[in-house]
Parts: sequence; C-alpha cells; structure tokens
Amino acid sequence: MIPAAFEYVRAGSAEEAISLIAEHGDEAKFLAGGHSLVPLMKLRLAQPSVLIDIGRVSDLSYVKDAGDHIAVGALTRHCDVENSPIVMEHAPLLAHATSHVGDPQVRHRGTIGGSLAHADPASDLPATTLALGATYVVQGPNGTREIPAGSFYEGYLTSVLAADEMLTEIRVPKMNGAGWSFQKFNRRAQDWAIVGVAAWRNGSDAGVALVNMASVPVLATSVGSAIASGASIEDAAEQAAAEADPQADLNASVEYRQHLACVLTRRALEEASA
Amino acid sequence: MEISITINGQVVNADVEPRTLLVQFIRDNAGLTGTNIGCDTSSCGACSIHLDGEAAKSCTVLAVQADGGSVTTIEGMASADGTLHPMQQAFMDNHGLQCGYCTPGMVMAATSLLEENPSATEEEIRIGLEGNLCRCTGYHNIVQAVMSCTKS
Ligand SMILES: Cc1cc2nc3c(=O)[nH]c(=O)nc-3n(C[C@H](O)[C@H](O)[C@H](O)COP(=O)(O)OP(=O)(O)OC[C@H]3O[C@@H](n4cnc5c(N)ncnc54)[C@H](O)[C@@H]3O)c2cc1C
Ligand code: FES
Ligand code: FES
Repeated sequence: MIPAAFEYVRAGSAEEAISLIAEHGDEAKFLAGGHSLVPLMKLRLAQPSVLIDIGRVSDLSYVKDAGDHIAVGALTRHCDVENSPIVMEHAPLLAHATSHVGDPQVRHRGTIGGSLAHADPASDLPATTLALGATYVVQGPNGTREIPAGSFYEGYLTSVLAADEMLTEIRVPKMNGAGWSFQKFNRRAQDWAIVGVAAWRNGSDAGVALVNMASVPVLATSVGSAIASGASIEDAAEQAAAEADPQADLNASVEYRQHLACVLTRRALEEASA
Repeated sequence: MEISITINGQVVNADVEPRTLLVQFIRDNAGLTGTNIGCDTSSCGACSIHLDGEAAKSCTVLAVQADGGSVTTIEGMASADGTLHPMQQAFMDNHGLQCGYCTPGMVMAATSLLEENPSATEEEIRIGLEGNLCRCTGYHNIVQAVMSCTKS
C-alpha cells in the first residue's frame, strides 16, 4: 500500500515549520515520527497534499529538569522518554506508560508530541499526561501558548491545536514520590488498550485518567473526589466510569468497557496505594 | 526527490517520489530483497531493518525520512567471507525458523534488542520481540536462539 502522492518539505526549526505550514495551508500536515500518520496515509484515510517533516528539528528532542516540573520536547522519541533518568525519577508513570506504547520498533520512531497531537483516545500518553496534570506548550505564528492537557482534547482525533500551530513542549509536574500504576487491558501483545487506566496517589490526593473510554481521554474526577473525601478504594473505583462515554466496537461493548474501567481503576489505586 | 541512503555500507542514490516507502527503496532501488513485506501495516515486523543502528519497520518509514541515514538489512549481517552473524548462526543452531519469512525481521529486531540490553532475560526477549510475528515456530526456538546470544 502506497500513500497518495504528496509534496515533501523539511523544516530545520519550529519557526521554519510554522511558516511552511502557514504557506501551504489546510492541505499540509506535520510529519514527526510518522507512526500514526504514515499508516493512515497508506490506507488513504489521510491524504495531505504537503508533508512538512519536523523529524529533524533536533532541538525539540530533550528532557529537562525544570524545578517543579519536567519539560519534554515534543520531538522526543518514545524510547528516549522511557529510558530518560529524569523521567524515570520524577514522572515514573510517564516512563512506564511510554514503555507500553506499541513495540520497540515503534518506540524508536514515534514521538511524544506526535502521539498527543494525534489525539487518539485509545493512545496511552494523552490519558497519562492528563492524569499527571501536564501542560502542553504550543507555538504558532503569533507566539506560544500553554494549554492544560484537560483543555486540549476536543473529540476523536481532534484537539484545539490550530492547523498552523505546533506542539513544542510537554510540561509534567513532578510526582514527588507519589504511588502510581498503569493498567492496560488488551487481548494481544502490542495492541492498543481496550481500556487503560493511568493513576497516581499521594495520601488523599489522587489522579486517575482513562484510555479509550470516550472520544477523548477522560479524567475520572469522581474517583479523585471520592479518595479526597476518604472513600475506600473499592467505593472510589465504582465511580470510574462516571465521566466516561465509551463506544462499543469489535473488542468490547459499552457495558464491558464500563466494567473494565472500574476493575482496572481498583487495581490501579491498590497498586498506587501500596 | 534526489536522496542518498547508505545501505550495508554502500551509498545508494536515487530520485524517488516522496511517497516511496523505505522498504520499497531497499527492495526495488537497492535490489536487496531479503527484507520482506508481510502485513504492510506496521504490525508484523517482517520488514524490520536497522535505521541509524536501531530496529525500525521499513514499511512505515518514508524513504525521504531516511535520506542521509544509514540502514542495515539482513544482507549486511554476515561477514564478507560469508561467516554468519552470531544471531543468524543461533537461529540455525536452535531451529529458530521454519518457512523463514519472519526470520530477517526477527534477526534485525533481536540484534537491536540485545544491542540495547545485552543481558536480556527470557521475559525481556519475549516482550522485546512483541512487534514481530511468526506463523510457524510458536516462538519458543526463536527465544532460545536469542537467549543463546545474551551475555549472561
Ligand atoms: C504498530 C503500532 C502500534 C502502536 N501502538 C500504540 C499503543 O499501544 N499505544 C499508543 O499510545 N500508541 C501506539 N502507537 C502510536 C504511536 O505512539 C505513534 O508513534 C504516535 O501516536 C504518533 O507519533 P509520531 O511521532 O509517529 O507522529 P506522526 O505520525 O508523525 O504524526 C501524528 C499526527 O500528529 C501531528 N503532529 C506530529 N507532531 C506534531 C507536533 N509536534 N505538533 C503538531 N502536530 C504534530 C501530525 O501532523 C499527525 O497528524 C502505535 C503505532 C504503531 C505503528
Ligand atoms: S510489513 Fe512492516 S510491519 Fe509488517
Ligand atoms: S518461520 Fe515462518 S513465519 Fe516465522
């Protein structure tokens, strides 16, 4: 399967990428690792007429300790996130969830920014960064803006990113020793989650977000409030699907997804509290 | 677009359409047909090669993305005198293949895995090869072959 023909241009910097996309209009798309976009283009589910390759913007591939948070460049590959000592120390939930993305070959090419910008609710990193209260830094023709993960996702494969904006950095608050857990339920190795749960807990503070439980990643705020008000893990986990709006598909019915969300949330909270 | 990729130490120049996949470039432009296409949807790993030293699925990389880079395929694994790479020899010795279709991709994924984790455990090998499917062997002998190449 070969993608439809397109024009290919390479950007050397974020500024160049943004001016190139402004120049080429709606039919242009950024290409990072290509591990979401190229498969879609091969199936002709996406047919951009211009690809702006940002894969060589190497100054956006980094992990930095920035005091109260860590800063991850949008072009940082999954393999570099999962093996980063800074991520492992200060955001171990992110390192671990990233190590569950696809397989090693996929993680050698795919980037954190590509995964978030793609806005697939079945992907692991949108929900993980949402649970951790991350902020995304976005650069456009008129400068940069910061978007909390909770305001970024609008619907299936859509976000508030404008066509001429580029995700440049992901800021993840340090976990400061909080317990955490990542539960991913799938039937075959390497698959996307049928349902996934990313959770952390620090005493009466907890954050839980769900993978593949709506058209966007879902922050299970009811679970967090239940834990804050002293509910048991079992009772709090019963609330897991309260904010969700799952779809049925070949893998699971709506009811099964709701059930899985509660079971996986209970397991996640137990592990995060241990 | 004029691109240049070093494949198994040899520079290959070609004028390709941007939509050319790296696996096509390897098979059609460089004439190296050891790299197989299986699923063509980035699931099976048959097309795995090393791009700049790390395993990647060449059906899901555009040739233009690899421009200026360095690729190793299964043909680049044995020495010039024909001595097999230790991983290839281990697949032979452990009967790690039957039809052989998945084997080039398995060997490339396994060598990349041990490059990153030379003393991988059996479990790490099984998880590390999750992107490579084999319809014949049941994986057991493949895992044995890779384990025989670890530093223990
Ligand atoms: C076999 C396979 C298995 C996978 N399994 C999983 C899995 O289990 N869990 C999971 O979470 N993911 C999985 N993925 C997806 C993987 O994580 C992708 O790498 C990731 O979703 C996309 O990152 P990329 O850099 O390849 O982006 P690309 O494919 O290059 O881009 C994706 C989209 O984001 C846009 N984009 C990219 N970067 C930016 C940016 N900086 N700013 C603005 N827009 C941008 C592009 O224009 C495009 O629309 C899998 C992929 C494959 C091929
Ligand atoms: S042919 Fe590339 S992964 Fe199957
Ligand atoms: S040996 Fe036949 S597919 Fe693996």
